[in-house]
Amino acid sequence: METLTEINWILACYTDDVPENGGACIKHGDEQIAIYNFTRRQEWYATQNLCPHKQQMALSRGMIGSAGEHCEPKVACPFHKKTFSLLTGECLSDDDNCQIKTYPIKVDAGKVFIGIAC
Amino acid sequence: MHKPTIVVVGNGMVGYKFCEKLVAKTSAFRIIVFGEESRAAYDRVHLSEYFNGKSAADLSLSTEAWYAEHDIVLHLGNPVQEINRSTKTVHALLGDTFEYDYLVLATGSSAFVPDIPGVEKEGVFVYRTIDDLELIKAYAPNVKKGAVMGGGLLGLEAAKALIDLGIDETHVIEFAPRLMPRQIDSAGSAMLQSKLTDLGLNIHLNKSTAYIGGSHKIDALHFNDESALAVDMLVISAGIRPRDELAKLAGLHTGTRGGILVNEKMQTSDENIFAIGECALYENMIYGLVAPGYEMADIVVNQLTGGSKLFYGYDMSTKLKLIGVDVASFGDAFITEPDCRTIVFEDTHKGIYKRINLSTDGKYLLGGILIGDADAYNMLLQTVNNKMILPPNPEDLILGSRGDGEATGAGVMSLPDDALICSCEAVTKSAICGAVNDGATTVDSIKKCTKAGTGCGGCIPLVKDLVAGTLKANGVYIKNVICEHFDYSRQELFDLVKIGQIKNYDVVLDHFGKGDGCETCKPVVASILSSLWNEVIVKQDTIQDSNDRFLANIQKGGTYSVVPRIPGGEITPDKLIVIGTVAKKYNLYTKITGGQRIDLFGAHVNDLPAIWEELIDAGFESGHAYGKALRTVKSCVGSTWCRFGLHDSVSFAIEIEDRYKGIRSPHKLKGGVSGCVRECAEAQSKDFGVIATEKGWNLYICGNGGSKPQHAQLLATDIDKETLVKYLDRFLMFYIKTADPLTRTATWLNKMDGGMSYLKNVIINDSLGIAPSLEEEMQQLVDTYHCEWKEAISNPDMRKRFSHFINAPEEKDPSVQFDTMRSQVKAKDW
Ligand code: SRM
Ligand SMILES: Cc1cc2nc3c(=O)[nH]c(=O)nc-3n(C[C@H](O)[C@H](O)[C@H](O)COP(=O)(O)OP(=O)(O)OC[C@H]3O[C@@H](n4cnc5c(N)ncnc54)[C@H](O)[C@@H]3O)c2cc1C
Ligand code: SF4
Ligand code: FES
Repeated sequence: METLTEINWILACYTDDVPENGGACIKHGDEQIAIYNFTRRQEWYATQNLCPHKQQMALSRGMIGSAGEHCEPKVACPFHKKTFSLLTGECLSDDDNCQIKTYPIKVDAGKVFIGIAC
Repeated sequence: MHKPTIVVVGNGMVGYKFCEKLVAKTSAFRIIVFGEESRAAYDRVHLSEYFNGKSAADLSLSTEAWYAEHDIVLHLGNPVQEINRSTKTVHALLGDTFEYDYLVLATGSSAFVPDIPGVEKEGVFVYRTIDDLELIKAYAPNVKKGAVMGGGLLGLEAAKALIDLGIDETHVIEFAPRLMPRQIDSAGSAMLQSKLTDLGLNIHLNKSTAYIGGSHKIDALHFNDESALAVDMLVISAGIRPRDELAKLAGLHTGTRGGILVNEKMQTSDENIFAIGECALYENMIYGLVAPGYEMADIVVNQLTGGSKLFYGYDMSTKLKLIGVDVASFGDAFITEPDCRTIVFEDTHKGIYKRINLSTDGKYLLGGILIGDADAYNMLLQTVNNKMILPPNPEDLILGSRGDGEATGAGVMSLPDDALICSCEAVTKSAICGAVNDGATTVDSIKKCTKAGTGCGGCIPLVKDLVAGTLKANGVYIKNVICEHFDYSRQELFDLVKIGQIKNYDVVLDHFGKGDGCETCKPVVASILSSLWNEVIVKQDTIQDSNDRFLANIQKGGTYSVVPRIPGGEITPDKLIVIGTVAKKYNLYTKITGGQRIDLFGAHVNDLPAIWEELIDAGFESGHAYGKALRTVKSCVGSTWCRFGLHDSVSFAIEIEDRYKGIRSPHKLKGGVSGCVRECAEAQSKDFGVIATEKGWNLYICGNGGSKPQHAQLLATDIDKETLVKYLDRFLMFYIKTADPLTRTATWLNKMDGGMSYLKNVIINDSLGIAPSLEEEMQQLVDTYHCEWKEAISNPDMRKRFSHFINAPEEKDPSVQFDTMRSQVKAKDW
């Protein structure tokens, strides 16, 4: 069964704040959220900024790309290159057991909004 | 619905594996686990890596979340104290009583501590749990002389740990007349002993300890032969004792020398109670390795889910690396003539001993021992286990074939389908080849879908060979490609990009690749683009590794380091003062590096532009410590001051460093210039080294420090500066154009057909006819040099990238934290 939660869209930043085909980090209260501007695919993603491997606030500084035949979009942590799916947050590197949080994201007239469940 | 309850006593390696295997098969049981240790199950096999930087979390086999997800109730730090078989309940330390339908004992074993007066003294330890290691680590800093009691497998591993902890003098005390008596024969022991002695270990055989001296702290070991050895720490590793106390108390049958008796179903004398792992005694044998324990766990899972799989003993072959020396024994290692035919190879010079035992008809391999070089282990073990017919010259198995160069034996692909490749996870050859056929074509993906190689990791070379072999059998030509997005080698892509005059990553990907790129191909293409066009790299910042993207090395905690170039290691007092002032202002840790310059650590990403602005104002340039680029050209003081100096090595080092600064390459580049043959600049350990001679300069190339040090080789003697620079141009440019990604010059040369004589021909005799173009291309790079930091700070768009929060650019990352040490900052441990 799908659970429906109310989503609150917050203005995170402007599109030109985030480098092309790269990420940047925003602050939302005490939360750090990484936003990715996947220009090559005309797509935007958002995940937690914390890499669960060594608890480093680093994912926004990681390289993005794709994995596999189905071109699963992913980000690689700059510290030890663990990779995570941008769609599901699943860890794609060989030691799984860790998962990152993803956020809904939308872009409207040069503004980037992130969905925070409330 | 009532689910039957399984209580697992012991959350060690085998207890955990049992849970993992059970939940993978069924969710029909309620599982309750009791662990005596305060930590959830961790990898005891790799325990010693705790001393080499692995944390308890790295060693952990799972997470709390995993137990929760599978509804496993985990009680840690709460040992079971009593089993009541009539009420089918267990009673745990923290009070409660729990009912069970089935009980699984996985209590493991403990270190055996012999009854010697003084074992209770301070400074005496055992080596079994992370807690033990923490105690040892805390005690070690004040220890000068340490000893390990026991020269078996675990004792030697503990001795290695003491060496790693920096204890100057380490002794091994063995009661028997030789080392590792249970795994290897006496000739093997002798060879191992001489290698370990060479490596600085003090070995004492035939020593039985009478008592441990010292008032409350250990200060010496006193032996029965009246001799004594002064030590301030002792690790006892005299064997293991199965933890059968709980079972005994409950009236289960145990062996006279310890261990809970089990049958081939792993049932104890009570059919509802199973015992697995190191506490179980099967046919008079305790299996002190993890693979048989995992097999036992599998048997119980199979029994509980209606199967009929039985345990029939387990192969105890082992391969280890002890203090850098390979040691392996497999199959029947000790059988002797006339029951077999034995072939022995011994090389006392290199410290290699190999023995194989063949059946009397010479057809089959029965077992053997390898010391000093165990590369053949996996294949030999497979040959024994699968009863493969031997080739006509079985000695080739340990000598390698001599003569026509054909590889010995038929290789991995000739193994039978049911050959067990990964014994920890019980994965067969056919499972691995099947997975390859289903599309898992990398070792990582094989690990993921079959679990092969995820235990002790010893089978990974075989898995690699099987992947390659299967692909080849399927007609897939295995090429040295960059990654899944580019079917080209770096050299091919370099040429394609050059011919196409392409300057942008996305265009390269559109033309020659597929998908959306990744963390492997992006930096490779970035490096090719800068080696070719030398444009400011931050223009395409997001294809750079984090270090190149922020023009600084990322540190533990997320801060960065700042390394200004100090060519040749020469610096004026004024510049030193600037570095000091900047470091103070931004609260940076300063250290003199191994490359004759100064590193400033702990800079917030927001502060980087301002820090560099101040440094650049004072005349500094980027040191490229973050890039795969020229790092340093080390110098010795040379003829300007040194009484032996033949020429001015400092000026020449500065000249060379200035020439090649900023040049991007497949891996980093380092140089050195020494003023005479005393070689104080260590030039022969660099990618290129220059040493002054009476008549000019000698040029050495392709040296390397790092984990596999290699001396540079002589390219030309007594040449003048102009010739030397010309040769260097050709050498460096040839390397930049042809090497694989992340390959240092030494490795590049090692893989080159024809080796040094070929390279010499290319550089000196221009055998490929490319020397003029190499020189031209290098000159082009030299002429287009720019300081990357200067460009970055003078461009507002680029400057904007150096903030942590894009929506709060002034704020620094609040998660960054420092400790202090010797009155400077230090990154917080992770
Ligand atoms: C700072 C320094 C240690 C020190 O405090 O002395 C250092 C620090 C690092 N070294 Fe080094 N190396 C330093 C001198 C060396 C030397 C000595 C030398 O250059 O004379 C060596 C051996 C010589 C050699 O390279 O052949 C050395 C061999 C390595 C290696 C192994 C390379 C190899 O071929 O095996 C690595 C790993 C790599 O590059 O893949 C490495 C990698 C690293 C990295 C970049 C690891 C990382 O990715 O974080 C360290 C980051 C430093 C930072 O954050 O700024 N460092 N490193 C030295 C900086 C020198 C400089 O001024 O630029
Ligand atoms: C330093 C070292 C290196 C090793 N290297 C290798 C190697 O290279 N290859 C290899 O195959 N093997 C190696 N081993 C052996 C391997 O670690 C063991 O075979 C394996 O851990 C056995 O697993 P187990 O679950 O039976 O026992 P353990 O891992 O010891 O786990 C038993 C657990 O049960 C707990 N326990 C005991 N009694 C109770 C109770 N009453 N209630 C609750 N909990 C209880 C214990 O505290 C312990 O945590 C090594 C061991 C050590 C110490
Ligand atoms: S500075 Fe070099 S040797 Fe030291 S820990 Fe870092 S990489 Fe290892
Ligand atoms: S901290 Fe992210 S991969 Fe290690």
